[in-house]
Amino acid sequence: MSNIKFENISGKYFSLKVRKQTYRIYMEESGKGTPLLCLHTAGSDSRQFRHVLNDRQITKQFRVIAFDLPWHGKSNPPDDHKNIEYKLTTNDYIELVTSFCKSMNLKKPIIMGCSMGGRIVLHLALKFPDLFKAVIALEGADKLDPYYDLEWLNRPDVHGGEIQAAYVSSQIAPQSETKYRDEILWHYKQGGPGVFKGDLYFYWQDGNFEKKSHLINTKKCPVYLLSGEYDCSCTPEKTMETARRIKGSKYKIIPGVGHFPMSENPKLFFKYLKPILKEIIS
Amino acid sequence: MKLIKNIKKSVNNNPQIISKGKWVHLKFILGVDDKDFIFKINCGKIVSIEKRTVDTKTGLFKISASLISWKKHWLHIPPRDYHDLFAMLSKKIVKIDGNILPLMQNLQFFKDLIASNREKTS
Repeated sequence: MSNIKFENISGKYFSLKVRKQTYRIYMEESGKGTPLLCLHTAGSDSRQFRHVLNDRQITKQFRVIAFDLPWHGKSNPPDDHKNIEYKLTTNDYIELVTSFCKSMNLKKPIIMGCSMGGRIVLHLALKFPDLFKAVIALEGADKLDPYYDLEWLNRPDVHGGEIQAAYVSSQIAPQSETKYRDEILWHYKQGGPGVFKGDLYFYWQDGNFEKKSHLINTKKCPVYLLSGEYDCSCTPEKTMETARRIKGSKYKIIPGVGHFPMSENPKLFFKYLKPILKEIIS
Repeated sequence: MKLIKNIKKSVNNNPQIISKGKWVHLKFILGVDDKDFIFKINCGKIVSIEKRTVDTKTGLFKISASLISWKKHWLHIPPRDYHDLFAMLSKKIVKIDGNILPLMQNLQFFKDLIASNREKTS
């Protein structure tokens, strides 16, 4: 008899067609019940949600799904990627997520995204309020401003993985355990060249929609915002400004956490997430 | 300034930081209020920290902030916005200038070098 104790997460690949492009997509899932779709941050992948996928209290009631966007993690870029400069636009991102939901036949999933994932769920709440049971924006805001130059992220004289990790380490709270901090940074060190930069095009430019976010109808699609005190990218103030614009949205600031609550401090994160999930399905 | 001179000991006694900076051989300036300190680095080790006495003594780039800000950065648990060099940059608490290519090539090294002055306990 083997003594191996497998985690409850299962991973699989499938082909996702979006417009004329077909991508080989990697996804992980765990649990049964209301679908809870999780979207990773810019420049990283679905491993960030391993604690949510492994939490029995959550997976008893929810089918938790996390997938790697094309170009990220174990999902492939398009076949001709060497001839393409990757640049994520709002429309591309919306189509990717809605195509994924359609392919999986997800009925009214709850969608939770972090950082750029936290931004796109707000766009989805605006554009497709009937498709989702609720959206949860982790470190999500309707507008952010860059505080460093993206050109440093993809050039031959600077190591892309190292600088990505060094950049985002500023967004992690000093209270977070070293093992969690290092795991987050490891994912960033593994990103493909130019991918983080291409994601930040959406996060810092194309995806800003502070003039339209007030049109989100939270009666049709409830909006929850959770942000970490130490996030210097999507700061608590940016989240609060967004919450003020989205009437009926609910927000909380998590003390002692940064930009990656689900992977920085899962135990603390669950204290904030679980009541929200309970409220959504009650 | 004793507080600044302490950085030499904290870095040179930390093999992890030295290893991160093993390709770094240069001089840079750490600014504290209106005083500048020239750090000479060789293979990740701090060779010397000298007060800048004349403008012709310089470094490739400069990282500067007020003493109050650096002291907050060096608290055992720094308050938000002071917890990391780039978090401070995002709030314009710290300024960087000069030829920053070597800084960006070794960003975590320089962040760790400066943060090595952090209090070990609260």
